[in-house]
Amino acid sequence: MRITRINTNIGEIDQQKVDLSSIDSLIEKYKNKKGNMIPILQGVQEIYGYIPKDAFLKVSKETQLELSDMYGVATFYAQFRLKPAGKHVVKVCHGTACHVQNAKELTVALQDSLKVSDGETTDDGLFTLESVACLGCCSLAPVLMIGDETYGKLNGDKAIKIVRDIKRQESN
Amino acid sequence: MENTKIIVGLGSCGIAAGAKKVYDKFLSIQESGNLSFDLQKTSCIGMCYREPLVEVIDSNGSYMYGEIDENKASEIIEEHILKNTPIVDYVVKADTFKTDDNAFIDDQVKITLRNCGYIDPENIDEYEARDGYRAIKKIAGHQVSRLDVIQTIIDSGLRGRGGGGFPTGLKWKFANNNKAQEKYIICNADEGDPGAFMDRSVLEGDPHSVLEGMIIGAYAIEATGGVIYCRAEYPLAIVRLQIAIEQARKKGYLGNNILGIHGFNFDIYIKEGAGAFVCGEETALIASIEGERGMPRKRPPFPAASGLWKQPTNINNVETLANIPWIIINGAAEYAKYGTDRSKGTKVFALVGKIARSGLAEVPMGMSIRDVIFKIGGGIQNNKKFKAVQMGGPSGGCIPEHLLDTIVDYDSVNATGAIMGSGGMVVMDEDTCMINVAKFFLDFTEKESCGKCTFCRIGTKRMLEILTRITEGKGKEGDIEKLEELSYQIKDSSLCGLGQTAPNPVLTTIKYFRHEYEAHIHDKRCPAKVCTSLLTFEIIPDKCTGCTICAVKCPTDAIDGARKEVHFIREEDCIQCGTCFAKCRFDAIKVF
Ligand SMILES: Cc1cc2nc3c(=O)[nH]c(=O)nc-3n(C[C@H](O)[C@H](O)[C@H](O)COP(=O)(O)O)c2cc1C
Ligand code: SF4
Ligand code: SF4
Ligand code: SF4
Ligand code: FES
Ligand code: FES
Repeated sequence: MRITRINTNIGEIDQQKVDLSSIDSLIEKYKNKKGNMIPILQGVQEIYGYIPKDAFLKVSKETQLELSDMYGVATFYAQFRLKPAGKHVVKVCHGTACHVQNAKELTVALQDSLKVSDGETTDDGLFTLESVACLGCCSLAPVLMIGDETYGKLNGDKAIKIVRDIKRQESN
Repeated sequence: MENTKIIVGLGSCGIAAGAKKVYDKFLSIQESGNLSFDLQKTSCIGMCYREPLVEVIDSNGSYMYGEIDENKASEIIEEHILKNTPIVDYVVKADTFKTDDNAFIDDQVKITLRNCGYIDPENIDEYEARDGYRAIKKIAGHQVSRLDVIQTIIDSGLRGRGGGGFPTGLKWKFANNNKAQEKYIICNADEGDPGAFMDRSVLEGDPHSVLEGMIIGAYAIEATGGVIYCRAEYPLAIVRLQIAIEQARKKGYLGNNILGIHGFNFDIYIKEGAGAFVCGEETALIASIEGERGMPRKRPPFPAASGLWKQPTNINNVETLANIPWIIINGAAEYAKYGTDRSKGTKVFALVGKIARSGLAEVPMGMSIRDVIFKIGGGIQNNKKFKAVQMGGPSGGCIPEHLLDTIVDYDSVNATGAIMGSGGMVVMDEDTCMINVAKFFLDFTEKESCGKCTFCRIGTKRMLEILTRITEGKGKEGDIEKLEELSYQIKDSSLCGLGQTAPNPVLTTIKYFRHEYEAHIHDKRCPAKVCTSLLTFEIIPDKCTGCTICAVKCPTDAIDGARKEVHFIREEDCIQCGTCFAKCRFDAIKVF
């Protein structure tokens, strides 16, 4: 059920200070539009990579949006994050086609190589490992996506190599 | 002589397969300046199993090359462009001769996908050159009345391609009947079925056809605003839609008094989804556009009476809309020529899973599932045996071998317990465990349930628990009956389609693969050797080289043996994780 996504100890996680002025123009743009809640939250996440607690507070103060409604929406949709994500989010597809073509192997290999479990971020903050439900490239199953780049026809070793290559580029 | 054209397929899957690199290669050759050819982009033509695809059109016609990488791109330049000799070995489709891949193409009828792979989706001129916007011009020019447009769609027999199969013309009629100052038409591009990508291909390959379909629909129902609700996982589709909307505005297909039709003011904007399968359901989708949690609500009132912002609203699927312009231009009878008595026209299927030729196929309704999978799809990968095909995603069911001659139309597929759904066909071979598949879908619906209805929320969880214990070898006498009972209760007491159909994968697998359930429960055996807890792992002494890989990788150190000597698994310590089996390169590990 979607409700299980609610994270109860957000206060503990979110100690980071963010520059709240970055969202001023966003708030200005959507402030008086109807149906603005999801676009605002999407915009906030675009800027910070997640929705910081202070951003929630600021948005609710400067728009008519209720804090509780925003939290309800942010926890309902899979897209929203309430804690910082790694620089690269590795989305491993676990849609039907990828499941049938052994997507599990990719997740297991990446868990092993990155030393995180599904949904977690590596200690160096470089990678967050996630499962998603179909990236629309099912004919290349199993598939994973990093940023806007999709990789297909993978196996565990190839998946590890992709992540290693990114890591190497990052350390240069 | 006209320039030779090189056209590279740049759909998201083409790009994932490496098409961007190939395009850049051609571009750098072109920019080096010694050769003259036109370089163009298109989207996906549906032969995903051959991506990246490159089409060369010279004075002899078209040659479609498959599985092209940068090296092969250079070869095409060397041989085909410079020496004018096509490289027949790489050709998958040509005007002048047949290839094995013709089996994939020849029985298809392209109406929805008429432009996909033939035009540059970011260029409105190319759409217009292939009858694009001619349908709305025809309506404007001949002053075709709203009711006549609706009647044409009714006569064509077109039914909604989003899964429900509701007659599109009738839906438009209801929306037309409800008079209001504001009215909306929404394109449902949420494509939530995991394992299906028809809508993505249309949006990426031919966005204008969807816009034109919406514009015609808006005219017919007198809509004042349009929204495309597109899932965020489709970034390329969103970009191309944005470009298309801009172009359509510039040309006056969107805006005020469109094409001189007095008072026809209509514009479209895109709404990005935020990741929730249930938002494909129309009332949840509307809630989501309004910025709320995407929870379905009771109908009536139907959206046609009270939808977005409480105004009359019409919702159609991407594929449904892409058919509309074609029907207006070619006429209802021409469309109704294809298909069966109650299911007209064509349907696009996404062929995926263990199928040899994976891709998008558009076939006339009434073709047998067998023909779709074996003739067009080329049968099963690696010469394995067919076991089942899952149609309709998490709401659908598994169709077994003895029902392969079922034809694709709404009623025939429903009769099997599966549904036509949006068009995903996930093919499974003998190595697939049907309980594992049922569990996969229940896991999906359990997670995606919005939580409003008790049976959907908790019932799916209970079913998932039972399925999980069956796959772990802890299944009990009576579990099958319990699953069936829960299934009927969930179906009866759920508000929306998600809950009402969630048990289908379980019911169909019980119906057609009951023996597999029984093997798991009674004999503690997984016939497909997928459920690892039910397997025993043993090393075959004759084959083991003593490479030690398995012993190193075993998480519980359950494997003994010295380097270069035969290894042994201590059964009492083995947790059946399957790692050793996957890692042994000498096939020395036996599973039973
Ligand atoms: C849980 C659920 C998910 C759905 N997902 C989609 C979807 O992803 N795309 C879609 O077009 N229709 C989806 N539908 C069907 C829509 O509610 C609606 O019937 C359809 O968009 C109407 O368009 P059509 O008449 O052109 O098919 C879904 C329905 C349910 C109950
Ligand atoms: S059936 Fe499930 S998804 Fe649909 S409204 Fe009820 S709880 Fe939500
Ligand atoms: S991996 Fe295979 S060959 Fe190597 S020791 Fe294990 S069983 Fe023997
Ligand atoms: S199946 Fe897993 S636990 Fe058992 S012996 Fe092999 S590696 Fe070890
Ligand atoms: S199922 Fe993985 S991309 Fe569709
Ligand atoms: S190759 Fe792109 S959808 Fe198939």
